[in-house]
Amino acid sequence: MSAVVALIGRDLRLALRTPGDSATVVAFFVIAVALFPFGVGPEPQLLARIASGVIWVTALLACLLSLDRLFALDFEDGSLDLILLAACPVELTVLAKCAAHWLIAGLPLVITSPLLALVLNLPFDAWPTLLGALALGTPILSLIGAVGAALVLGARRGGVLLPLLVLPLYIPTLILGVAAVEAAASGLSATPHLLLLGALLAFAVPVTAVAGAAALRQAAE
Amino acid sequence: MQRFANPGQFLRLAAVVQPWAAGVGAVATAVGLYFALFLSPADYQQGDTVRIMYVHVPAAWMALSIYLGLAVAAALSLVWKHPLADVAARAMAPIGAAFTALCLITGSLWGQPMWGTWWVWDARLTSVLVLFFLYLGHIALANAFDDADRGARAAAVLALVGVVNLPIIKFSVDWWNTLHQPASVMRLGGPTIHGAMLAPLLLMWAAYMGYFVVVLITRMRTELAERRLRALQLNAEQATRMTASAVEAG
Repeated sequence: MSAVVALIGRDLRLALRTPGDSATVVAFFVIAVALFPFGVGPEPQLLARIASGVIWVTALLACLLSLDRLFALDFEDGSLDLILLAACPVELTVLAKCAAHWLIAGLPLVITSPLLALVLNLPFDAWPTLLGALALGTPILSLIGAVGAALVLGARRGGVLLPLLVLPLYIPTLILGVAAVEAAASGLSATPHLLLLGALLAFAVPVTAVAGAAALRQAAE
Repeated sequence: MQRFANPGQFLRLAAVVQPWAAGVGAVATAVGLYFALFLSPADYQQGDTVRIMYVHVPAAWMALSIYLGLAVAAALSLVWKHPLADVAARAMAPIGAAFTALCLITGSLWGQPMWGTWWVWDARLTSVLVLFFLYLGHIALANAFDDADRGARAAAVLALVGVVNLPIIKFSVDWWNTLHQPASVMRLGGPTIHGAMLAPLLLMWAAYMGYFVVVLITRMRTELAERRLRALQLNAEQATRMTASAVEAG
């Protein structure tokens, strides 16, 4: 357990020393969302209708952008080998890296989302659901993304490959996340969708830990 | 299964199976097409357009079952490090992707006259599209490494993650669809299938299966021959280097 805490602490310290990286992800999130009114027109009703989808899809892409940092830096400078040698199960290592990635890249997106909900005119009733759905959904994105990031270690054009591997697997999270916000926006109960999202998270933790560990072991061989 | 870890054993079996598969496939194609185009009745609503089904539905079956085969090969490769499983997975993925593409294209051609549109974001269409992306990701990942073995193992992990995710995608897409588009296109089943339509369907499936086996074996033999060629070239290179250094020393 102390190894997990140490690993998360290390990643957070590294991120805090280069705060620009985390800020870039948030900046991408905001700018990409700001493009939509230019693309589809500024009518408030239209923007309110597509707000949940736009915020979710953009959060997905922002998360994708930060994935290549998850293992690639450690792989390049060799610290990944040392981390794998440590007396900590590789599955736990994967989960620790995911937790750190979520704190660095996922949590800022969740915190920024009300601002974007405001500019896109999302009904106020849906805001708590949007926050809750993103808080449940972005860890899933980090977990699935970790498997993809571990698989492309050492690949040619890994950065281009990663979206092709990860985005199809993101679809269930996107569907459930948007469904929750849409339900809340139209006055229905969002609880079933949030429960399903939670189930997906609970399911993703063991599966991605095992798959990510298998991928990391192969990369380090 | 372990017996076929020896490529020689596999090649001998493959040489026996391949002509039979080709024969069965060819006969099934001929008979199946005759049934499909002439003997089976036209649908009372869809007319002759229903005959697209005989190309479309078996392609969808193949797309799914080849992905299952891919996952089994991936498990064999990861758990038992079976040397032929990697070769099989690498050979299978493009065939599966081709059947998925065939399914999507014929579905689109069928959708145009029936639904009046080439594409609908219907649950079933969308999940097949995702399956197509999973195939593409698998092919791209398997070819993304300089070390072919590393690519094969990474692709195997992806195939297994994909097979876990496939039902989740399927269900989530179903719910997504029912939320937004209640039953506007769920006419895919059409009328309950009749024996006169089921027979050509099964025949066409047998034809596809024969084609799949023939192409799979050909691709696996090619891959094995390529590996052997590489090994021989490496040996030859080493031999010339050794003689060269011997001449220098002498």
